[in-house]
Amino acid sequence: MGKVGRFGMFGGQYVPETVMNAVHELETAYAEAKEDPAFWEEYRRLCREYANRPSLLYYAERMTKDLGGCKIYLKREDLNHTGAHKINNVLGQILLAKRMGKKRIIAETGAGQHGVATATACALFDLECEVFMGKEDVERQKLNAYRMELLGAKVRSVDNGTGTLKDAINEAMRDWVTNIDTTYYLIGSVMGPHPYPMMVRDFQKIIGEEAKQQLQEKEGVLPDCVVACVGGGSNAMGAFYDFIPDKSVRLVGAEAAGRGVDTAFHAATLTKGTLGIFHGMKSYFLQNEEGQIAPVFSISAGLDYPGIGPEHADLYKTGRADYVAITDEEAVQALEYLSKKEGVIPAIESAHAVAAAMKIAPTMKKDQIMIICLSGRGDKDMQQIAEYRGVKIDD
Amino acid sequence: MTENRIDRTLQALKQEGKKALIPFITAGHGGYDLTEQLVLKMEEAGANIIELGVPFSDPIAEGPVIQHASEQSLKQGTTLAGIFELVKRLRKQTDMPLLLMMYLNTIFSHGTENFFRTCKEVGIDGVIVPDMPFEEKDEIQGDADKYGIHNISLVTPASEGRTQMIAEDATGFLYCVSSNGVTGMRSKFQTDFSSFFAPIHKYAKIPCMVGFGISSPEAAKQMSQYCDGVIIGSAVVNLVEQYHSPEKVYEFLHDIRTALDA
Repeated sequence: MGKVGRFGMFGGQYVPETVMNAVHELETAYAEAKEDPAFWEEYRRLCREYANRPSLLYYAERMTKDLGGCKIYLKREDLNHTGAHKINNVLGQILLAKRMGKKRIIAETGAGQHGVATATACALFDLECEVFMGKEDVERQKLNAYRMELLGAKVRSVDNGTGTLKDAINEAMRDWVTNIDTTYYLIGSVMGPHPYPMMVRDFQKIIGEEAKQQLQEKEGVLPDCVVACVGGGSNAMGAFYDFIPDKSVRLVGAEAAGRGVDTAFHAATLTKGTLGIFHGMKSYFLQNEEGQIAPVFSISAGLDYPGIGPEHADLYKTGRADYVAITDEEAVQALEYLSKKEGVIPAIESAHAVAAAMKIAPTMKKDQIMIICLSGRGDKDMQQIAEYRGVKIDD
Repeated sequence: MTENRIDRTLQALKQEGKKALIPFITAGHGGYDLTEQLVLKMEEAGANIIELGVPFSDPIAEGPVIQHASEQSLKQGTTLAGIFELVKRLRKQTDMPLLLMMYLNTIFSHGTENFFRTCKEVGIDGVIVPDMPFEEKDEIQGDADKYGIHNISLVTPASEGRTQMIAEDATGFLYCVSSNGVTGMRSKFQTDFSSFFAPIHKYAKIPCMVGFGISSPEAAKQMSQYCDGVIIGSAVVNLVEQYHSPEKVYEFLHDIRTALDA
């Protein structure tokens, strides 16, 4: 018999006693909301009328012809309001927080996309919002930090540890235990203690559900392969979930290999990680033999995380999904490639999925179909890509 | 049922009508030698049980003082194996109960059974794992019991409706967290202590210690009236960080001891 909130052996609720009642309260509230048609009606209305869903399923014809393998479709999450898939989850959780009577929202953010989506929804629903962001991430995603402030959120720059996503999560958890009575912690990925991994996946699975239906309308078949980038893993979980029972569909996650998985500078959790317990969950983590969480590295602030959501850990262990590691250089090349071939500038995170797809597509047959989850748009990354390429675009 | 130095020490204190003084220091903060000297000096000052913090890269339950100490200690190369060696040396010099306060991943990555076997071998009496709630304690409880090591349970002001379940199952002592939040010195407490401690005393069959935020003899005295002793962490760690001197820590704890005994 599985324990509560497990995916196989992964998941669980490894959090301090102080937040256990809050976690249970959230479980109950979500279980009730899940059974309430009015809740989903409101979620779908917001997705449709505020976030611009359904997102397009776009046939990337030039890319398809150029790579000479399978037919490639892009699931355009980059066209959502706020520019990424993150808004799907935020709208669901904000409705839940409202339902629970919470007045203050906290969130962590890496690239800033989840922070921006949270700040946006808090503006819409008139809620107090604080976003924790690693100091290094604030540096490399200055525009997103400014966007959050503009939307009325307070950005808390986190200087502890490595100054990246995991430290932002640590600090958000510390805030949560301190302000447990008033505060809703809006986790941005399929990670953390149960019920977050399941709940966030439920709010993201709209990606795969739409894509399946859209492809059915266009081609009348299932895809042969779905590719998505993986940090914590929310866009990938959302894209994969509806296809898990369809065994003919290959699921591929692209994680960040940074400067290479054989260097000390990567964030390739499934390629190099080991089993551990951290941030509320049992899963795979990059850590040393003492169980100290390793510093991670990626050009992409959104994939720069030393763990992975427990459901991905289970998909990996059971072999249902494959995970490949994509280097910074491959991701930047893929970003440039998609920009020039299709006129679509992907987020550097999503470019990892594009890079994986560019390797896999030529090995597939012409009558096969691949969907790439284009999880976000690349505007936020222009400064950093320019720097990477040695181009100066500001003083 | 586990019975070890912790139970014997707390029984003796009860008979004498004295409150327990339980200081915390981060192991390896300032080097193993300093930790060794500090433990012995704290015993001299009147400490009854000592908590050694095992430094972790991401101590989510800690405030700035212990976070910093943990980071410093790791930079100086502190490892779990090194802490076990330190405890071995200490066991030749003292019979005082020693606890490890640590994060679950450290135990898990060491191999749970292997970890508790070594605890028993070197003379550790208990562990406190702040990121492992009641619902997940099966992760270590079996091995802890097997080797006679207490897995200390925590209750907090946010444990409403959970205190009975936790307290009835707790062994060694019950760690009562004074206020919601992370570890650290507090100038005042928001918690209504009489209502916080009411269910604790109703259900706990073992001694209860209060910790988090206690930083002066006055606060220690005041808090000790609600329970069987006080745990003092950040205030001690802060002195270690400032002075690197066992003498300063001795003076501070001696004053606390005097206040508790007054």
